[in-house]
This record gives sequence, C-alpha cells and structure tokens, in this order.
Amino acid sequence: MSLKDLISPFFVWQRAFEKPYTVGLKPIVERPGAPAYRGFHINMSDDCVGCGSCFTICQNHAIDMVKVDGLEAHGGDSGLRPRFDYGRCCWCGLCVDICTAGSLRMTNEYAWFTTNPDDFRFVAGMENKSWDGRTGGYHRHPDYHLFPPKRIEMEMLAPEESVASFTEVAKGYTEEQAKLEADRCVECGICVATCPAHMDVPDYIHSIRDGDYEKGLQLMYRTNPFPATCGRICTRRCESVCPVGIQGEPVAIRWLKRFIVDQVAEADYARILPNVEADTGKRIAIVGAGPGGLSAAYYLRLKGHAVEVFESQAQAGGMLRYGVPSYRLPDPALDKDIEHIRSLGVEIHFNHSIGRDTAFSDLLDNYDAVFVSTGLNVPSQMRIQGEDHPRVMDGLKLLDDVANGKDPQIGTSVAVIGGGNVAMDAARVSRRLGAEVTVLYRRRIEDMPADTEEIHEAQAEGCIFVTQAIPVEALNAAQSDQVTLKWGEAEMLQDPKGGRPRPVLQEERMHLDTFDTVVSAIGQGSNLDYIPTEISDQLQIKWGKFIPGDYQQMVLNKLFVGGDVANATADAISAIEDGHHAARGIHRFLDTGQRG
Amino acid sequence: MPQPPTHSSSLDMAQPEPIDLSSGKYVKLWQGPQHPGITGNMSLELTLCGDEIVECKTHVGYLHRGFEKFMERRTYIQNFTVVCRIAVPEPTFNEYLYSAAIEELAGIEVPERANWLRALNLEMMRLASFLMWTGGMSGAFGLYTVPNWTLTYRDYILDLFEELTGARIYHMYIVPGGVRNVLPDGWKARALEILKGTEKMMREVDRVMMNNAVFKARSKGLGLIPPDMVDPYGIVGPNARAAGFKRDLRKDEPYLVYDQLDFEVVTATASDAYERAWVRQQEIFQCINLIRQMLERMPDSGPFQAQMPNVLHWKIPPGETYLKAECTRGEYGYYVVTDGSEYVRRVHVRGPSYTHAIAVMERLAVGTNIADIAGLMVSLHTYPPEIER
Repeated sequence: MSLKDLISPFFVWQRAFEKPYTVGLKPIVERPGAPAYRGFHINMSDDCVGCGSCFTICQNHAIDMVKVDGLEAHGGDSGLRPRFDYGRCCWCGLCVDICTAGSLRMTNEYAWFTTNPDDFRFVAGMENKSWDGRTGGYHRHPDYHLFPPKRIEMEMLAPEESVASFTEVAKGYTEEQAKLEADRCVECGICVATCPAHMDVPDYIHSIRDGDYEKGLQLMYRTNPFPATCGRICTRRCESVCPVGIQGEPVAIRWLKRFIVDQVAEADYARILPNVEADTGKRIAIVGAGPGGLSAAYYLRLKGHAVEVFESQAQAGGMLRYGVPSYRLPDPALDKDIEHIRSLGVEIHFNHSIGRDTAFSDLLDNYDAVFVSTGLNVPSQMRIQGEDHPRVMDGLKLLDDVANGKDPQIGTSVAVIGGGNVAMDAARVSRRLGAEVTVLYRRRIEDMPADTEEIHEAQAEGCIFVTQAIPVEALNAAQSDQVTLKWGEAEMLQDPKGGRPRPVLQEERMHLDTFDTVVSAIGQGSNLDYIPTEISDQLQIKWGKFIPGDYQQMVLNKLFVGGDVANATADAISAIEDGHHAARGIHRFLDTGQRG
Repeated sequence: MPQPPTHSSSLDMAQPEPIDLSSGKYVKLWQGPQHPGITGNMSLELTLCGDEIVECKTHVGYLHRGFEKFMERRTYIQNFTVVCRIAVPEPTFNEYLYSAAIEELAGIEVPERANWLRALNLEMMRLASFLMWTGGMSGAFGLYTVPNWTLTYRDYILDLFEELTGARIYHMYIVPGGVRNVLPDGWKARALEILKGTEKMMREVDRVMMNNAVFKARSKGLGLIPPDMVDPYGIVGPNARAAGFKRDLRKDEPYLVYDQLDFEVVTATASDAYERAWVRQQEIFQCINLIRQMLERMPDSGPFQAQMPNVLHWKIPPGETYLKAECTRGEYGYYVVTDGSEYVRRVHVRGPSYTHAIAVMERLAVGTNIADIAGLMVSLHTYPPEIER
C-alpha cells in the first residue's frame, strides 16, 4: 500500500464547495420536460377524423374510441375520439407515430396530481387540462412513417400514346403492386361509411394482402354487382375521405377493386358468387338497364324473383356503355359485370322503349313491382343564340356515336363547353378523333366538377383549357361546315352569402373563334314523358327528378325509383346503391306487404 | 439432512466438506431479494462458517414478467415498446438487437445515418450504465461519495437521452426500420460539454476510488476468475477481459459503425474485483472517446428510417436469427423466430447476467467473507431483469 493511496482519496474535498447539481428546493424550481418529452397527450380534435389507428396500435389497450358530446359522425369523420387511460399507458408514443391525421401528439407535461383516480382517463384534447396550448412535447418527425405515405403509382399509357387510340389508359396493378398498395390501408372503415354503396373496402383490401381474390370478389358482390366497372370509373368518394390521404396519398381503393376483378376469370364467377334462391313466383319490371336498374335486377334475382329489364338501347349498361369512353371503361370490363347479372336469369328486352312499345301503366298492372331508373339522357341547353347551328353538337351524342362505332364527323377543331366529366370525355374523345380541342368553362379549373384525374389527363393529352369563358352566341349560321363562337371573359364575383363565387360576363371583353364543331356538355336532364300525366301527377317529382321515400319507394306502392333520375349525386355508385336499396325495399314489400 | 453441494463444472474443483447444519457450526443467511448489496431482485442463500461463506446458492424468480412469451402475442411494432424493459439500466441494447433481428428477417436495409445514431445511443447507454455501476461498486465498499458524482453525471446523460428520445429510461428510440428522431439543434454541443465534465469527474473517481487504499485492500484478490473458468462458465465482457481475454464483439464481429471507429480492446490479467473495476474505468474513457468520434463523423443529413411497410399488419416471412452485441456486461443476444404471421413465433433473450449472476456467483462466493459478498456481486456487474425475461 503506497502513501499515494492513502492521500489520494482526500481529493473528494475539492468538490465540497461546488454548487449543488440538483434543482433548487426553496423555492422549488420546476423543471419542464425536454421539448421532445413523451408526456400527456393532446389531440387536436378538429383535425382528428376518429380513424382509430391509435387504438389499433396501442399494445396496452390504453386507448378507447368513444363518442364525444357535441361531435357528430359525418363524411370522413367517425365522430369518435381517443380516450386515454393513463393507468395503462406506457408512454411509448406509437399512437402519435401512427396518427393518420397528424392531430395527436404528446406534451412535455409529465406531472399532474389529482385526488380522483378516474380523472386519469380522459379524452385528450376535449377536456381542459393545464397543458393545453403547450407546443413542446413529442411529435412525429415528418420523415418518419409507420405506413408508406405515398401510393403505388398506377402505370398509365403515355399521353402521346393514349391520345392516339381508345386503348384503356390505366394499365392496372401487377400483383406485387397491388399487395404493396393494399398494405397501406389502416382498416379504419371511414371509407365504408362514405361509400354510397357501403362497400366492405377494408375487408376486400385485406383479401388482397392475403392473396384470396375470390373472397375479395365475394365481399364486393355483397354490395356492388359492378366491381369491374367501379374499379375503373368510380367517383371514389372513399378515397377523398381516406385518412391515409390526410398527410400522404389516399389508398388507391378504386385500383385495388379493379385488381381483384381482373384476377378472377368470369368462368369462375358462378362457382364463387352466390346463386339464385328458390323461385318466389313474383315478377318485377325494371325500366332502364343502366347500373341502377341492373343492380336492382341482380339483388332481386338473387332473392328468387323473376326480373325483366326494359332497355331502349341495343345494349345494356346505360350511361356506362354510351357515356363513358372505352379508354376509361373498355367494353369487356363492363360486359363482365353485366354478363354475370344476366347469367342468373335476368331477362333484358333490348330496343324496347317504355311509353312507345309498352305502356307504363301496363307495367304497373302486370308486374308485382316496378323499378324505374331511366337516367339523365337529355342534354341541357346552353340557352344562347344560334344553338341550333348544325355544327353545334351535344356531348352525349358525340359519346354515343363513338360508342356505337359511328363517326360523329367533328372536323379538326373542336370547342367543348363545360367542366364536368362528360365535357372531359367529349374533349378527350375529340382528341382521339384527331381534332384540336379547346375546353371553355365559365368558372375556374378548381371549380370544375370533373374528376381531377380526368382534367389532368385531358390537359396531358393536349386539350387547351380556357377558363372563365362564357359562350354568348353561335354565329355563322349560313355556313354548314364551321361555326364561329362568340364568347366573353368572366370575372369571379364572391358570393356575399359565402356560396361559391359566381362568374360575371365582361361585356367589353368578347372574343370570336371559329371551330369545325362546338360540343355542348353542360349537364343533362331527364325525360319522363313515358309516364302518363295521370300517374306522374300523383308522384313527387322536382326539376325532372323523382323524390323517393324510404327504400326508394314512391307514393304508388308498386313503384320504386333510383339512379341519376332519383338522386342528387348522379354517379354510377349511387345508382348501384339505389338499385340495391330498392331491391331490399321491393323484397320486403313483396314479402311482407310493408311500405318502407 | 441436506445433500452436499455439487458443482457441475468440468473444472477441477475440490469436493467440499459435507455441510451438517445441525452441527451448530454453520449459519444460513439470505441476502436479498430486498437488500442494497444485491444488484436487483434476486437473492443469495449463503451458508456461513463464522464470517466465511462455505456455500452459496443463487435464487431468481422475483422478477419474472414473462416478456418472451408476452411478445408472442404482440405485433412486431408493439414489441419494440416491450423489449426495453428487459434490462432496465440498459434498454437500448434490447431495442437495437430486437430491431436488427426483425430487420434481418424482414429483409430491411437500415440507412447509414440510422446506424450512426444507433451506435451513438448504444455508447451513451454504455456510459450511463458504467457510471451507475461505478457508483454501485464504490458504494458496496463503503465509499459513498463516488455514487453521488457518477449518478449525477449519469443523470446528465439521461438528460441528453430525454432531449433526443423523449424519455430518460425507456427511450424507445431504436425502432425496427431505423430510429425515431434526429439530433435536436445544439444537442451535439451539449453532449460534448457533458462528456468533458464526465471525463474530469472520472479522473477524480480514479483518485478517490481506484487509488484508494481501502478499496484496493478489499477488492484486490477478491472474486478471482481463473482464465480456465472463462469458457466453461460462459464468462464474457469485462469479466473475461479482466482475465486477459481480448474479446469484444465490437472488434471481433463489428456491427453498426464500429468497424469505422478507432479503439482498442481493454484487457487486464489479475482477474479480480479490482481489475474488473479497472477495465470498466478504462472502458468509460473509451466510451467517451467513441462518442466524440461519432459526433464528429456521423452524417448530419439523409434518411434515418428505411421505407417501412404498414406496421399495423406487418407480416415477416418464416426465418430465424441470432444477433448479438457487446453490452456493458458482454455478449447480449436475441434469438428470434418468425413464422410468416403478424406475430413473432419465439424470442429468446440471452443476457450475460444469466451465467455471471447464477453459476459464476455461486462458485466465486465460496471462501469469501460475508462483508465482501456485495462487492463481489457488483464486480460481476449483473442485472437480474435480463435473467428473468
């Protein structure tokens, strides 16, 4: 033992006069948690959509999704909010990491005292707490993700290629792509609530992850007999509310639906899908073989009713066949859906017009129930001078001609008036027919009712967009091969009531442009002339549309209606749901005699 | 009549005299599970003759939480919040090994920056753990000033952890796929300041503890591990290095960024409690040096997380792996089996304390003095939570 070893320990004294390391006790100095500290939660309730991903990931079951007073479920919001049980929480912060809306974070508050243990269970962000308004605490780093925020891009034909033919533009997912995209779903079910047909979206997406496409098909047919169609052209409100899209891109639900259908051969449908129940002896007439009529036909036939569909055109599909160009919805896809419905024994009378070939009242007399879904097929008028010019054509006719293989003879320069899907379709079809296309729309691009994707594709394919342009007059009536369009620029005027801005024509800024054809595509109305007035007088009809009661039933007990002619949204998926819903109503009515 | 103790070692050991408790010559004494001289919740069943220990049996079971089984019912992402609890003073090694094993089985490549941040975390954890151990070691020999210093500096390191990870103990920072965050602004400068203070403090500890006549007198020659005991008993880490074995996984089988760092394996020869303490002292300085190297050389930009699947329904193909890392006590290992489902089939955690605190302790305790048993146990640096997963 050395002398050094005896003396050396006395160095402890050199620290005797140092300031203490600990925080002050008198008065007590409170030390806040570090800026990234994982303390009590805060949930920005206005941003939260109640998807429940926090609830799913919590390994302690410390989170319950609960109903909160004053908060109602609505499109894109389940109306539920996470309630935290701090007796169970382990402060891992996975709930913050997985939060799709980015509304949930943790504060750096770690100390809170209360005498009531129940206080430690509360809906974060909905009850006032001392740490409300604090900015410190754990946030998810923007570059850190627990699910892929970007969607798997759908491979599309290049614009220069797509514009040259009517080949389908979207190529469809490969199996690998579909599985990767299906993986992004958080299975919250907000899409189910939003889909007009309430399709089992999370479940059929799950079936893709499992590689069980037959199960996926079964799930889809429970609510929608047009999956091949909707997998291509659905307005996909589901995607607009998908929580994954709040901070990233929504799950490509439509493309996944298409993927499932594309995996199953039509020949296997009969084996996979439900078969017809025993004959009930009831007969049902359906007017219009569009998505609404055929959806009703499918579900009624499954229940064992005899179904006859009356279609004025030569083929089934309605607007899907004659209004949607084949580069978006190829005929084989539509036929796949329709053929399965027909294979169950649904009888379709083609080229059979109610009112002309059969009286409407005969239907009511001879059948146990009638479902009417005749759609909107009368183009709206622009109400401008010279509208009857031979070179002014309506969009629906253009699409109809092309679908029927006729040459609409539009020439080489075309103006399309309108901003809806029909306008986009007319513009893109005109491009494919070799014309230079100018789209004139009275409002701004962001106001266009058309699908954004269609707008982008139309632009990519070389359609020129002129917005805030109001057509005033079609001139040059004497000339039969060209038309001069007089149009004026518009200013957007804010609506003092807070509605959407209104375009106001600027009289001093007029233009004259000459085209081979002007295509008017500003909307469609219905034609209900086939209903005799003594019947229609009894029905509730407003602006050419039926106003149905519960189960799509009208005042006349036997009469059910649906589709574009009976709803405000006028899209395929709503028509399909109307048909399904009416089928439930009709079955119930025939079974029990009860009204909806 | 109790059976005489038998040792299952292959070493040449003298067969001890049968112990006749009824002779009045012996005293049975339980040390632990609640005892400051026990490192955590376990206990030693000691048989004393006078104040000399003639037999030691180790008992565990006070801390069993069933983590391995528990993990079989949790998804892969949920388990990452569980593993840190397996070794309380060193959660980070569990986080790293679990994540790395899962990544290997799932075929995920972790970005370079995340590897640096992971290694930085592991070394900070090592430093914090060694500082706590230093306090425990000196405390076990009656030097109560040193724990005050070292635990203070450990707390400063926990402050750094808090800033970086959001928590002081259960950091949950190393996550399958990468890490959860990057260094906050000004963190490096604060870390360097704390390292400077720690280094200065450790030099004083060197004077007050390592060059202390009392400490030397009591720890030298205590708990001698002969080199031929190392392999049969599975002794690893500083306990093996103090016996002259130049073994360190960071050098022998480099993982993360250790092959890019400059350091030498510390070894000693005497293999007693004092030398083991000395090896750990040197490794604290080595650790400070490694952290400084990393802070200087780690990339400041770039991704820190691999592209991850949706963890809510993450399935991993069937496979198995054993990954290991050098923790403060030696080889820490994770054996993970997956079966293609969303849940892990089996996890086995290999903590070095399993051998050190059970078999080695039973052997080394015999012949020591009751007063030194706490110091002996601390000198093996054992953490009972990792014995009972």
